Amino acid sequence: MRVPLLVREGVFFLHAHNGFRNGNAKNTATVPMLRLENVEKTYGRGANQVQALRGVSLDVMPGEIFGIIGLSGAGKSTLIRCINLLERPQAGRVFIDGVDVTGYKGASLRAVRRQIGMVFQHFNLLTNRTALANVTFPMEIVGVPRKEREGRALELLDFVGLREKARRYPSELSGGEKQRVGIARALATEPRLLLCDEPTSALDPETTTSFLNLLKDINRRLGLTIVMVTHQMHVVRAVCGRVAVLDQGRVAELGPVAQVFGAPQTEAARRLVKEAALGA
Amino acid sequence: MLNPQVLNMLWPALWETLYMVAGAALFGHLFGIPLGVLVVVTSPGHILPNAAIHRIAGVVINIGRSIPFIILMVAIIPFTRWVVGTSIGTTAAIVPLTVAAVPYIARLVEQALHEVDLGVIQAAQGMGATPWQVIYKVLLPESLPSLVLGVTITTVSLVSYSAMAGAIGAGGLGDLAIRYGYQRFRGDVMLYTVVVLVVLVQLIQMAGNFIARRVDHRHPSS
Repeated sequence: MRVPLLVREGVFFLHAHNGFRNGNAKNTATVPMLRLENVEKTYGRGANQVQALRGVSLDVMPGEIFGIIGLSGAGKSTLIRCINLLERPQAGRVFIDGVDVTGYKGASLRAVRRQIGMVFQHFNLLTNRTALANVTFPMEIVGVPRKEREGRALELLDFVGLREKARRYPSELSGGEKQRVGIARALATEPRLLLCDEPTSALDPETTTSFLNLLKDINRRLGLTIVMVTHQMHVVRAVCGRVAVLDQGRVAELGPVAQVFGAPQTEAARRLVKEAALGA
Repeated sequence: MLNPQVLNMLWPALWETLYMVAGAALFGHLFGIPLGVLVVVTSPGHILPNAAIHRIAGVVINIGRSIPFIILMVAIIPFTRWVVGTSIGTTAAIVPLTVAAVPYIARLVEQALHEVDLGVIQAAQGMGATPWQVIYKVLLPESLPSLVLGVTITTVSLVSYSAMAGAIGAGGLGDLAIRYGYQRFRGDVMLYTVVVLVVLVQLIQMAGNFIARRVDHRHPSS
C-alpha cells in the first residue's frame, strides 16, 4: 500500500477553500471545536434499558487529533454519533465551535452536519456509485455544480492516492482503498471537524499504518480537527495527541496519550494497557 | 398447421395483452413505488419513523393483497367506470390490474429497499442529506437491481392476471384461449396461445435479468 505524497495540487486547493482556515481567529485560540457537556444516552425502556452514556464531558481543541478509546460496549460509537446527532442524547449538550447544536433539527441540523465529515468502520460507501461519484455525493447534496464537484472530487482522490481508480466501483477496491475513498468523501464539503468511527478496525496492519499516515497528513496540512473512536491502543499512540478512556459510559481518564498510557490512573485504563500488551 | 385465420386472432390478442400489461405495469409502479417507499421510511429506526402511517400503509397493502383478482375486478366496477368511463373492454381492464398490482409492487419495493445497508443511509444523513435526498439518491439507486427484478416479477404476474380480464370483455391471449381453445374445442388455438404466452414471459424475464445484471455493481464480477 502506497503512502500518498504529501504535496500535491489537491492539498493547496483544499487550503484555499477551507472555511475553517478563513474563520475567526478567536476560534483557533480558545473556543473548543467540540465540547460535550454531561452527555447521556439511554436505549430501550423499562427492564431492557441500557445506559450507553452516563454523563460524558470533554473538550476537543481546534487542530487536535483526539482519541476516544474503550473496550467494546463502553459507549464509544454511541458517543461519536452523538456529536453529529445521528444519536440524540437525552441529556447534556453538544457544542460545535462554541455553538450549542443539541436542539438543532431539520435544516439547521443538516447545515451543522455538512460541516462535520465522518469516516466509518465499514466505509459505508454507495455500492452503485463509482469512487468518483461517492466523493461527489456530499457535494451533490449541497448543490455544488457538476463540473465543480467532479473536479474537486478528482483532486481529493488524487490527494488520497486513488486518482487512477476514480471510475472503479467499491466492490472492485480493497478495504484500504475503500477507506481512502471514505476519507476523500468526508473531506469533500470542507468540514471543520472529522469524526472517525473505528476507521482501522476492518483494515490489516499494513493498511492501517498507511491510513493513519494519511490522517496525520490531513491534520497537519489542513489543520482539520479529528475525533477518532477506536479500541486499538496502537492506533491512538500513532496519531492522537490526547485521549479519553471510556468505560461503562463514563470518561474514566483523559489526558495526553503518553501520560494516560504511560501511567494509567484508573482500572479501566490499566486494563486497556494490559490487553494491548497481551495482544502485541 | 398455423393457418392465417388463427394468426389473425393471435395478433390482436397479443397486442391487447401487451397493452393491458404495459398500462397496468406503468400505473402500478407509479403508485406502488411511492407506497413501498412510504412503508420503508416510516418503519421504526428508519429516516422518517412514524408508527401510525407505517401501520396504516401496511394494512392497506395487506387488504389489497388478500382479495382474489377475479373478485377485485368485479367489486371495483363502479370505480373503473368512474376512472375510464366504462367498465368493459381492454382499457377498462387496466384499472383493476393496476389496483391489484399496487400492493404487490409495494411489498416488492419494501423488500428491495430494506436490503440497503442502514450504515449507508446514516452516512448520507450524517452528510446533511434531506429525507427526500436519502430516498432518491441512496435508497432507490442502491436497490436498483432488486427493483428491476421486482418490476420483472410484477410484469410476469400481470401477464397471468390479464388472462382473467377476459371476464370483463378485455380480450387478450387468455381470453382467446378460453373462448376458442376451451369453449369451442379449438385445441390448436389453445396450444398456440399458450406457446405465445410462454415465449412472452420468457422474454420479459430475460430482459429483466439482463437489465438487473447491468445495473448491479455490488459484486466485483459484474
